[in-house]
Amino acid sequence: MASITIRDVTKSYARSQVVHGVDLDIASGDFVVILGPSGCGKSTLLRMIAGLEEISGGTIAIDGTVVNRLEPRERGCAMVFQNYALYPHMSVAQNIGYSLKVAGVPAAERTLRIQAVARILELEPMLDRKPAALSGGQRQRVAMGRAMIREPKVFLFDEPLSNLDAKLRVQMRSEIRKLHRRLNATSVFVTHDQVEAMTLADRLVVMNGGRVEQVGTPGEIYKRPASRFVATFVGAPAMNILEGVVELDGLSLLGGSRRLTIPRVGLPVGAKVAMGIRPEAVRLVAPGSQGVLNATVDLVEELGAGRVIYVDLDGAAFSVVTSETVHPAPGETVGLKISPEDMHFFSSETGARLDVFKASVPVPAH
Amino acid sequence: MEKRVTFSKWTVGILFAVPQLLLIFTFFYWPAGQAVYWSLTLQQPWGGGNIWVGLDNFKSILSSADYWNSITASLVFAGISTGLAMFIALVLAALTDRQLAGSRFYRVVLIWPYGIAAPALALAFRFILAPEAGFMAVVNRMWPGFWDPGLDGVDAMASIIAAFSWKYVGYNFIFFLAAFQAIPRSLIEAAAMDGSGVVRRFFDIQFPLITPTIFFLLVINITESFQDSFGIVDIMTSGGPANATNLMVYKIYSDGFKGLDYSGAAAQSIILMLLIIVLTIFQFRFIERRVHYR
Repeated sequence: MASITIRDVTKSYARSQVVHGVDLDIASGDFVVILGPSGCGKSTLLRMIAGLEEISGGTIAIDGTVVNRLEPRERGCAMVFQNYALYPHMSVAQNIGYSLKVAGVPAAERTLRIQAVARILELEPMLDRKPAALSGGQRQRVAMGRAMIREPKVFLFDEPLSNLDAKLRVQMRSEIRKLHRRLNATSVFVTHDQVEAMTLADRLVVMNGGRVEQVGTPGEIYKRPASRFVATFVGAPAMNILEGVVELDGLSLLGGSRRLTIPRVGLPVGAKVAMGIRPEAVRLVAPGSQGVLNATVDLVEELGAGRVIYVDLDGAAFSVVTSETVHPAPGETVGLKISPEDMHFFSSETGARLDVFKASVPVPAH
Repeated sequence: MEKRVTFSKWTVGILFAVPQLLLIFTFFYWPAGQAVYWSLTLQQPWGGGNIWVGLDNFKSILSSADYWNSITASLVFAGISTGLAMFIALVLAALTDRQLAGSRFYRVVLIWPYGIAAPALALAFRFILAPEAGFMAVVNRMWPGFWDPGLDGVDAMASIIAAFSWKYVGYNFIFFLAAFQAIPRSLIEAAAMDGSGVVRRFFDIQFPLITPTIFFLLVINITESFQDSFGIVDIMTSGGPANATNLMVYKIYSDGFKGLDYSGAAAQSIILMLLIIVLTIFQFRFIERRVHYR
């Protein structure tokens, strides 16, 4: 159990800087997920914590000790790699026990500990097999076992589920969560999969372009995205964005002559803003009524439990998730009702959240 | 999964194979067959008939102390030069693998020695290792009489081993480096996370994973040290002094073309061929077991 303190950490290679001044505090026992698109620097940040990548600037401290200059083995971290990185010439037992062997643990004790880990991960019947004779899920478990056996202070996961098929991924996800509850070790998990991130995280760190965009619980990130990037990156289908100009009595949308009633809050008249609305928050109503946007249906995706309806709003793509028993056909005109309290506003220039609802939107305490 | 070209008519396939078969037959099976025939007969030095003598040629060779001396010299040469060439190349490749800036440059430079014809490099080494001038002359100045490959058999053997190893270090290096590079980076990183230091990682992870390459190079190096050594011996020592470097492949040449004992030389080449076959079988039977194929 250990806390991790990251202060103004940067990483640059010969020609480019990939991590720009990241500050992050990870509390002891937390499960933190770093989420971001590929190339956002999330894996680099993880590898800097692990000691596999040199830190160009700033400091990383584990349990109050600055580890910048320490070798990976001196940091007390264990890592699960994306491609598992199992030693192909060693059996499952040898793979799991390698770190103990290096540490000089006597063979008898080693065997006991390997068996204990194998029992937890249900690997007992295959301890003598080579990794080549295992399925993807089993290899994944061996990789976890290899990390667990050292009883590390910090668990690092580098997109460990991305090589698994969808069903196995869901299963491993809950196993990782269970394992964390059992071991309660500080964990940092890197992924580009938002479902994985939302379901696993105690706290979610959204990264983009080498910077941290937002840190918060999955609920906070979903309900109050700090920037336009976070708003559109988290949530599926993505949040709808409508660009407009604030007027005295509403929002005039660009690309058409439509107007939208918005709450009377501190947005200056004439400001260019991006209004965001979750597809789940839009209601389908009969077209033509008061305060309703009319739009033409482009495409309907059936999801079983509901459906996603893609509409054309003066050329802008817009999606609506509905479970209501309406079956609009492509080409049909529908009305979209957007409640002012569901709206998010972002600056058109910086993408930063314009906090108009600070008082009115309840944020769950945690 | 495997894709294979198939021909609708077997004759088409045969036609494609004919040029290669013709070459192999003309330059391998026919001469090899002739050698077997010659080894069982007594050939006249200037042509004109032969006498069937059965295994007499083999009997006389195997009862000759000179020949056993030649086998010993060949085995010593093969063992030391293969070991040296592979060990140096392995160390260089392992070091290069860690810091790879300019590795393409190394690759080009280090393959050059292999491209140099054995007699040419032998001539260069003759000058480099000459006792009268150059580097070894300085050593001789400090310890008079320390180095003279013209008089001392051990020095002569050391000279040809140095020349041969120099040629094969580059060749082995290329293969070793490629093998090291083929090991996924994450395996090394995983071992580092497991607490394994540089040296330990080399012996626990990298070395086992390059054993297929080590085995391949072992077979090639030993085979080549029996065959490719001819040019080096011919230029540097001519088998001397006192037969100290009269390797089997060189003895075949000197007995056959200088001594005009064609039948004896033919029998020697059969023995050399059998020796290489036996060594190769031995390697596949007993060493390949320790190889980890992925």
